[in-house]
Amino acid sequence: MIPPSHPDKPGFDCPPRGTGVRQLTDDRGKLKSINFNHMKYQVDEKGYYGEFGGAWIPEMMFTNVDELKRRYLEIIESEAFKKEFDQLLKDYVGRPSPLYYASRLSEHYGSKIYLKREDLNHTGSHKLNNTIGQILLAQQLGKTRIIAETGAGQHGVATATVCALKGIKCIVYMGALDVSRQAPNVKKMKMLGAEVIPVHSGNKTLKDATNEAMRDWINNPEDTHYIIGSVVGPHPYPDMVARFQSVISAEMKKQLLEQTGSEFPTRILACVGGGSNAAGAFYHFLDDEQVELIGVEAAGKGVDTDETAATLTVGTPGVLHSSRTVLMQNEDGQITEPYSISAGLDYPGIGPLHAHLFKTGRAKFLAATDEEVLQAVLLLTQKEGIIPALESAHALAALDKIKMNPDDVNVINLSGSGNKDMETYLDYFGY
Amino acid sequence: MNNRINQLFARKKAYILSVYFTAGFPNLNDTVEIIQQLEKNGVDLIEIGMPFSDPTADGPTIQRTSEIALKNGMSIKVLFEQLKTIRESVSIPLVLMGYLNPVYQYGVEKFCQKCNEIGIDGTILPDLPLDEFEANYKTIFEQNNLHNILLITPQTSEARIRQIDDASKGFIYMVSSSSTTGAGKKVEDFHADYFERIQSMNLKNPRLIGFGISDNATFTNACKYASGAIIGSAFVSSFNEEVKIADSVAQFVKNMLTAD
Repeated sequence: MIPPSHPDKPGFDCPPRGTGVRQLTDDRGKLKSINFNHMKYQVDEKGYYGEFGGAWIPEMMFTNVDELKRRYLEIIESEAFKKEFDQLLKDYVGRPSPLYYASRLSEHYGSKIYLKREDLNHTGSHKLNNTIGQILLAQQLGKTRIIAETGAGQHGVATATVCALKGIKCIVYMGALDVSRQAPNVKKMKMLGAEVIPVHSGNKTLKDATNEAMRDWINNPEDTHYIIGSVVGPHPYPDMVARFQSVISAEMKKQLLEQTGSEFPTRILACVGGGSNAAGAFYHFLDDEQVELIGVEAAGKGVDTDETAATLTVGTPGVLHSSRTVLMQNEDGQITEPYSISAGLDYPGIGPLHAHLFKTGRAKFLAATDEEVLQAVLLLTQKEGIIPALESAHALAALDKIKMNPDDVNVINLSGSGNKDMETYLDYFGY
Repeated sequence: MNNRINQLFARKKAYILSVYFTAGFPNLNDTVEIIQQLEKNGVDLIEIGMPFSDPTADGPTIQRTSEIALKNGMSIKVLFEQLKTIRESVSIPLVLMGYLNPVYQYGVEKFCQKCNEIGIDGTILPDLPLDEFEANYKTIFEQNNLHNILLITPQTSEARIRQIDDASKGFIYMVSSSSTTGAGKKVEDFHADYFERIQSMNLKNPRLIGFGISDNATFTNACKYASGAIIGSAFVSSFNEEVKIADSVAQFVKNMLTAD
């Protein structure tokens, strides 16, 4: 249930929507045993996951969002699209990403731990899976100008990368505070040929960059496609981005079968800001209810402080960025500022899929503090020789918070590399 | 049920001047005085902005006034308190404009009842789309004699315009160009063919043109294609610490209604 932080506030009592049964025709030929017949956790015809989601868009965005809604499935399920998408994932992104059995970390925790190495993808995170998909889609829609928002800069870099790959104009909106905090990524985007526009409104972070990208789209409705970086925003974005990221769990199933003899792990852990890597890691396991799904939010300085980004722990239902989901807000419905040491997780909302998984209890959501996360970074670095991104280390930190049996198979989605966070690590650990 | 918006459009067919301002700006308690002065100086309809932290359909001017209004302590609760006795002194139609989330947290039904009690005639909630409105809220709005004003843009298809026309009560808010508010696109740049196309559709509802109306010339031009026009960013930019609200509003409306 939604935490009753505003007990007198009405929840969202909506009429029950359709069951959203949709036969997925996605069959890359690799994973015959996968059940593509998701029912309870797939988006319905109106773009809802239970009571969350939808397309709460101003009329100025209607034509673009409606076109996407009408065409995205037909495009991404076409043979030509799948062929090019799969080819680029393989030859350009470097997929499949390995599933690595972390033996010393397993020994430390007394349970089997596998790492899904999204950090080894080109550009250092899972973000490229989505931007590759969306750039191909944008081409199909005849768009010649790409816009994106970015927080830490990972999605901005992934977008600038695919725009360079395809020779398409790219504009990235980034909060002015993040521009100064994430200078190397800003320079990388510029080198890739993108224009980076600092956003000075609000608190000058990810939420404000998203507002500004939406304003750009309103002002440029003809030639522009907006590449949203997470499973947020109006329908069909949450579903579309989840589908592009679902390659993560598709590969996991195959790799688990090879390495453990079963495609089902005991549990999967992934960090959650907007929730795109978690959506990808959970996707093909949603209906396999024996697999425990755990999302880990950023507690920041603690969920009982004002400096947190743990939306599901402290948030309440509301509408932001064209989606009905769980939000961090005050009693007047004004959005409050999230905080986390990790710029990629400080978003005051969460994808509607995750709000639904939380509400139905299908997934469990924990929160890890900055301090716990930094310790988890050091532990992985020194046990396995892998320096994880701050975001991904939230999932690692959760290993201290759950009960694991020796025979359990735990999969951590290691969503990104720590290269971008070296300055923070060196400052903190004093090397 | 007769609504002041319908009365206005029945009585006046052209040159309707509608003005938007952000409640709580420039100061928290200016709301009532601004409304009274706008009416006194000949404005026909007022849109009272309920500030939101993330106004995605608004340009820099209204973003800034919203931010200041929120810092000043504005909220829907405070606004309703300020407007409690507004109908003792003001008789022109009043419309509340803002984003859905604050209304949601206040409670949609309670919000509509309160509007009815105070004498608010309509709402403009850009991020409450037509299908969600019809499915979830239409009845509550109707029960409270509250018109939810819908928008159309140059990209809106003819079929959808017809649908919006059918669902509309009061008037249709015709966004002049594809933009956020106050984006600096001038009415001169607007495609007359869009205006003419809509005019020739013979819609059931009257139209007001908004976005990009900033002076007498743009107002007069827009009025050729609709019953009137809406001014927002230009009005909220006209406040100046050195000039009293009464004088500043009088000057602004005079400039708007008088050719150079």
